[in-house]
Amino acid sequence: MFRIVKKRELAENVDEFIIEAPLIAKKAKPGQFVIIRVNAKGERIPLTIADKDPEAGTITLMVQRVGKSTYHLSCFDEGNSIRDVVGPLGKPTHIEKWGHVVAVGGGLGLAPIHHIAQGVKEAGNELTVIMGFRRKELIFWEDRMELLADRVIVTTNDGSYGMKGLVTDALRNLLDSGTKVDMVICAGPVPMMKAVADLTRDYGVPTVASLNPIMVDGTGMCGACRVTVGGEVKFACVDGPEFDAHQVDFDELMNRLKMFREKEEEAFKEFQRKHCGCHGR
Amino acid sequence: MAKREIIKKRVPVPERDPKERVKDFKEVKLGYTPQLAMEEAKRCLQCPHSPCVKACPVNVPIPQFIKLIEEGKFVEAARKIKEENILPSVCGRVCPQEIQCEGACVVGKVGDPVAIGALEAFAGDHEASVGYEKIVITEKRNKKVAIVGSGPAGIACAADLLKMGYEVTIFEALHEPGGVLVYGIPEFRLPNEIVERELSFLKEMGAKIELNFIVGKTKTVYELLEEFDAVFIGSGAGLPYMLNIEGLNLNGVYSANEFLTRVLFMGAYKFPETDTPVFTGKRLAVIGGGNTAMDVARTALRLKEVEEVMVIYRRSKEEMPARVEEVRHAEEEGVIFKTLTNPVRFVGENGWIKGIECVRMELGEPDESGRRKPIPVPGSEFIIEVDSVVMAIGQGPNPVVVDGVKEIKRGKKGEIIVDPETLMTDLPGVFAGGDVIRGGSTVIVAMGDGRKAARGIHEYLSRKQ
Repeated sequence: MFRIVKKRELAENVDEFIIEAPLIAKKAKPGQFVIIRVNAKGERIPLTIADKDPEAGTITLMVQRVGKSTYHLSCFDEGNSIRDVVGPLGKPTHIEKWGHVVAVGGGLGLAPIHHIAQGVKEAGNELTVIMGFRRKELIFWEDRMELLADRVIVTTNDGSYGMKGLVTDALRNLLDSGTKVDMVICAGPVPMMKAVADLTRDYGVPTVASLNPIMVDGTGMCGACRVTVGGEVKFACVDGPEFDAHQVDFDELMNRLKMFREKEEEAFKEFQRKHCGCHGR
Repeated sequence: MAKREIIKKRVPVPERDPKERVKDFKEVKLGYTPQLAMEEAKRCLQCPHSPCVKACPVNVPIPQFIKLIEEGKFVEAARKIKEENILPSVCGRVCPQEIQCEGACVVGKVGDPVAIGALEAFAGDHEASVGYEKIVITEKRNKKVAIVGSGPAGIACAADLLKMGYEVTIFEALHEPGGVLVYGIPEFRLPNEIVERELSFLKEMGAKIELNFIVGKTKTVYELLEEFDAVFIGSGAGLPYMLNIEGLNLNGVYSANEFLTRVLFMGAYKFPETDTPVFTGKRLAVIGGGNTAMDVARTALRLKEVEEVMVIYRRSKEEMPARVEEVRHAEEEGVIFKTLTNPVRFVGENGWIKGIECVRMELGEPDESGRRKPIPVPGSEFIIEVDSVVMAIGQGPNPVVVDGVKEIKRGKKGEIIVDPETLMTDLPGVFAGGDVIRGGSTVIVAMGDGRKAARGIHEYLSRKQ
């Protein structure tokens, strides 16, 4: 069992969990993730490690409430325990001293971006973070990014905060302004990552995307997370989750994310009907 | 002793009616009653040269335990088996007896071979029902061994080391222990409670089991070597092979590992009571002819959504590597066999699989496996309509455990290379056995490896002292 040390709502439908997992905290590197299971009937869900504190023995996970498992998890409070947490999984981000790195995160994609940005900065890079949200109420961790990055640009689709538009608008402005960009790293909804990749391809800027496919075991055992990269089939859980964004077949990834949508909706409806209140135990 | 008369006909093992059993995941075989077991035991000729024992990968004293059953000494029979095999209830169910002990049985030359597997399972189940004998570990050694993986190889290795007085910790990557016994073999063949009770026996003997611990990720093999005097890797064959054909990544296309893990291990057959879904649609096809293919087909039949299940295999039924019994069970339950048929392309519509383009095959000359090689018939392509497909075409060793451990050599298929006698790798103190050194093999062979490695570890640590 893995105790929740701290939990708070960061934005609408987004919770931050600080969880006691000393072995994982010691090992976790930027880009890696864990798989959690809330209880004995739970499914295995991959969540990126957004931050870690090896001394305190904790990791930080960000959870967006979208379906049964994530709503269920949001019922958990400080002091409660999550049944299973396993990791760290996946390959760590490949980090070099590139020069100027732009990290682009959309919504919950800020979780991987935060940890990756820490690594990028530690390696001595200049760092710009572009963080995009649909509207003001969904924004989180602007303060933490401000502390980390040399420059932070916040975008909202409706213009209710920061720059009105998409992360790609901000990125295009930056690229057009003549600022040298040596590397782009992006994480977020698949259409966003695809748009970023399409944009940077035109500008010839190397780009890495942190992918979020469906997974089960997370150790390369099942192949649920297969993605096509440069025409080859890869398992995101062990070969990734980060790949050259210019090579990823994002349309296929988007389609594969729909595989269980009907079932997920059915489970969520059932969960809402019973209206939880259980706190998972 | 007077020469025994040969009784050609085997006492049938009671099985559930196919129409009934296909509605649930409960065990298909009901097993022998004490009377039936004693009657079947009488058929054993007690051959002094015991070819059955020689044909058993772990040399279970077969005539001896059968004699004990005949005499009604069931618990003693189980303990006799356990001298060589600590999992009689498991192996009695899942061993390919027809090519091992029963294949060598002298009675089998003139009639049905003695039902050694069913008798073994009976003895194991009987002992469990009256309660296990407590194993007293007399000698305590102040040495610690880490076991990577809680499947058959790890269990067998752990049991022997515990008996020798070593401290044993088993590391399991998944959230429940048992390895392939729980994620790969369906409950209708091997109920989980049997695996649970064997594991609890191991815990009573003092084994520690650490779940959610991925060696290679949570800690490396090198780190384990700092804490433990030796390491045994029995991490199995957790890397599914895929058919590299068009449409592989369409929705509704699974590996056998994913399908079985979802349905059985994660309990998708109880969805939405459990949270893990599986999508099948009404028509599901399984590609492959091995035991895993039969397990997938029979598992799929038991899902509410599924109306039709077919097995697509490129050779004919005779060449199928699956056990004859598994094929029979699948047929009885209504699985359709499409043999001499080879998939060439998965046909999709809007990202979902709709059909499998196949080509008819005919059998040519025998290949290196000794089986007649299937050759495509030109122009015979046709489409089988399906809603989902599961590939059960084999699996290899998963590289995660030893990723980055340069000293440990691996073969072409990723199998860990070991000394054949001690099962030690080129990294001193690290041993390996089971599917991780062989690719896909059997439970009993993996257990044999686990025991062999336990001896290797014991010798290694005794020398080191």
